[in-house]
Amino acid sequence: MLTGAATNVACALIGCFLVLRRMSMMGDALSHAVLPGLVVAFLISGSTGILPLFLGAAVVGLLTTFLTQSLHQYARVPSDASMGVVFTTMFAIGVVLVKKYVSGLHFDIACVYEGSLELVPFADTIAGLPRPLFTTLIVLIVNLAVLIVLWKEFKISSFDGNLATTMGFSSTAIHYLLMTLVAVTAVASFEAVGSILVVAMLIVPAATAHLLCDRLAVMVAISAGVGIAASILGYWAAYYFDTNIAGMMTVAVGVLYALAVLFSPRYGICSTLVRNFQMSLRVFREDLLAMLYRVEELDASKSLTATEARIALGSGWLARLAISNLIRAGGIGKEGDQLQLTVQGRSDARQLVRSHRLWETYLVEHLGMPLDHVHEPANRIEHFIDEKLRQELDAELEEKSQDPHGREIPE
Amino acid sequence: MIGLSLLLGLSLSNKVMIGTAMLGGMAGVVGSFAVLRGRSLVGDMLAHAALPGIGLAFLIMGSRSMLGLSIGALASGLLAIATVTVIVRWTRTKEDAAIGIVLSTFFGFGVVLLSIVQKPEIGGNKAGLDSYLFGEPGNMLTGDLYVLAVVGTLVLLAVGLLFKEFKLVCFDTDFAQSQGWPTLQLDLLMMASLALVTIVGLPIVGVILMAAMIILPAATARFWTNRLHLMLLLAAAFGVAAGPLGTYLGRGLPAGASIVLTAASFFVLSVLFAPRRGVVAKIVSEYQLRRRISHEHLLRSLYELSESELPTIPRLPLLSIHEHRHWNSLEKLLNLEVEAGTIERSEQTVKLTPLGLRRATELTKAHRLWEMYLVQFAGIAPDHVDRDADDIEHLLPESLVLQLEQQLANEGRLPLLIPEVPLSLHDLGTEKPSRES
Repeated sequence: MLTGAATNVACALIGCFLVLRRMSMMGDALSHAVLPGLVVAFLISGSTGILPLFLGAAVVGLLTTFLTQSLHQYARVPSDASMGVVFTTMFAIGVVLVKKYVSGLHFDIACVYEGSLELVPFADTIAGLPRPLFTTLIVLIVNLAVLIVLWKEFKISSFDGNLATTMGFSSTAIHYLLMTLVAVTAVASFEAVGSILVVAMLIVPAATAHLLCDRLAVMVAISAGVGIAASILGYWAAYYFDTNIAGMMTVAVGVLYALAVLFSPRYGICSTLVRNFQMSLRVFREDLLAMLYRVEELDASKSLTATEARIALGSGWLARLAISNLIRAGGIGKEGDQLQLTVQGRSDARQLVRSHRLWETYLVEHLGMPLDHVHEPANRIEHFIDEKLRQELDAELEEKSQDPHGREIPE
Repeated sequence: MIGLSLLLGLSLSNKVMIGTAMLGGMAGVVGSFAVLRGRSLVGDMLAHAALPGIGLAFLIMGSRSMLGLSIGALASGLLAIATVTVIVRWTRTKEDAAIGIVLSTFFGFGVVLLSIVQKPEIGGNKAGLDSYLFGEPGNMLTGDLYVLAVVGTLVLLAVGLLFKEFKLVCFDTDFAQSQGWPTLQLDLLMMASLALVTIVGLPIVGVILMAAMIILPAATARFWTNRLHLMLLLAAAFGVAAGPLGTYLGRGLPAGASIVLTAASFFVLSVLFAPRRGVVAKIVSEYQLRRRISHEHLLRSLYELSESELPTIPRLPLLSIHEHRHWNSLEKLLNLEVEAGTIERSEQTVKLTPLGLRRATELTKAHRLWEMYLVQFAGIAPDHVDRDADDIEHLLPESLVLQLEQQLANEGRLPLLIPEVPLSLHDLGTEKPSRES
């Protein structure tokens, strides 16, 4: 589980930048493309030592990035297609190499793919730590160090590559560095968790964090947290269901993402729905207040019945809710079936109608819009004009007392 | 094709050849649309996302039949597409991340399911399921060939009937929508055919390599043509060729990988040697342009140096040409001009031939007319126009030169001191050597 957590955090850290740069699929691509690098490194060094594997991964990572870029730039292949072409071809080369030279050895493709945390060879230790844990810790530290040292550079080049160039450092270099880190991280995680978990951990925690916040530092921290949480949950679930740990961690992080999609305070689907609902309810309430005010204005003795008001508002359930809501809030009183503005309600309504008529006047006087075109926009914007804007409009209009329809603008 | 194979007695290798050929052809056709729509990686996603469907289908049916597993795979593939659409539509996650998320989590879930299937108490026999991940053409059954044939026919039928509509949606979705076409449905139909092909191909070449089969033939075909129907035909042809050829060349190697490598070598060859978009063709045309530019610069320099003594054509010392402007390889340029008959040269001098003088006159005229145009109509200072004219003179067509001349003459601004060529607006002697290209 520690190994899993270390991997997840290492991936989640750099994943943020992939997601922000809209290069998420590069994670997938690189984690597949490094296969031939691993095989060649293995063949040359004759061992599965950490250093040759890292070197192989870094070289192939750079190569893949370079090929993808140049195919896109010089041969005009669409960027997604060029990525797809390069990494699948690399992978195919890797598969052939595996089959030809190292079959039956350490490189079991299926194992690379699915990962097998269970099989983490704990007997094989370096510096007192199990080997996979040791490698992933190294990668974690490297990633962390690079991020801390080059934080500003990463940040600027992720959000505005051209600005980075004008400020005098190469965003291309940062791009290649990032890709190298991705490749090395992917390799370090292979023997422990499998490539699919790497892909998931590169993208999903970062995307989750992206739903939850707007600041890069916070995003990176949340992303790492999500990575850790996923490893704990996944480990536990895999233990409980007795199944593949890496797979379960992937599922866990997927679930976390789904939760963020639904319940993120600012960007979640639920909160958006709630916000929309609250907004429409407020609009309905304010429309109702303004309507009652206008009825009173025409003839002080008249008032609307609840049914009339509901039909005028569009008679949906929101209208019904708006009426009962207003009565409870003390904006209107109900005598029998008649709706009456309370003192508080009348003053609120007066401000709304004032906003409406000021805006209408403004549109006619300053934008020269025809009379019969100003009601609709004013009707929509009246809900968003606050006291300060009312004063400004008033000053702008030299304290006119009548709107273009000849009605009084209330104080 | 099926009939043919039956006649041949359906030996294993024949089956494999026919199957991979059919798959390659289909993948080429649907892949073309995917590549043009910027959805190359959707094939990759579908191939991964099919796994949980396969696991579930296996759990439910307890056996490996291609049809059953394919239905499961198709279902989870379609679910994956729907999920991506929902994520992109309703959250701030971008499409690339959405594809990655769906790909990895679906696949992770699939791995979990497979590891459950693997357990002895379920009694499952996982043999054959692995081939879904890594591909094993050798396992193909005759029944699988029929499935391939049916899917191929369906896809070709859809593409054939809806070619015009697909084309429209591919190149200009907004226009299609404004014309009242059901773009969403058409788009979904394209995706569904992609899904169908991906899923029948999975057990043959495996997950990653199926993604490659979608992209490679289409991307290869794109290098050869700008017309959609040709691209489809070419992509299908590349796919059909890659299947059997790869299987044949890669005996003893994993067949999926060798098919993909064959397709990849088609791609690399096209990148290098395709007639217009290929790298070699581009380098050649760039070289030719560069040579033409140097040639034109040389002739104009010779004109400028000879100008004071016209109409007699003077012999110019080589040194003066060197001083006039910077040259990268003057000797080579001069030799080419001699071959073209535009100059005569001795050891240390160069002289324009009458033919050379005429060419040089035209070039100088274009250059100076453009300079005048810039000065007169664009209000640029005379000492700033030389560079601009330097760049554009090579691209001015004759008609434009005539037009410029006419316009300047109409305005009475063409100083016809020498009937052919207006005098330079700036001091030629102080002209700074500019870069040759």
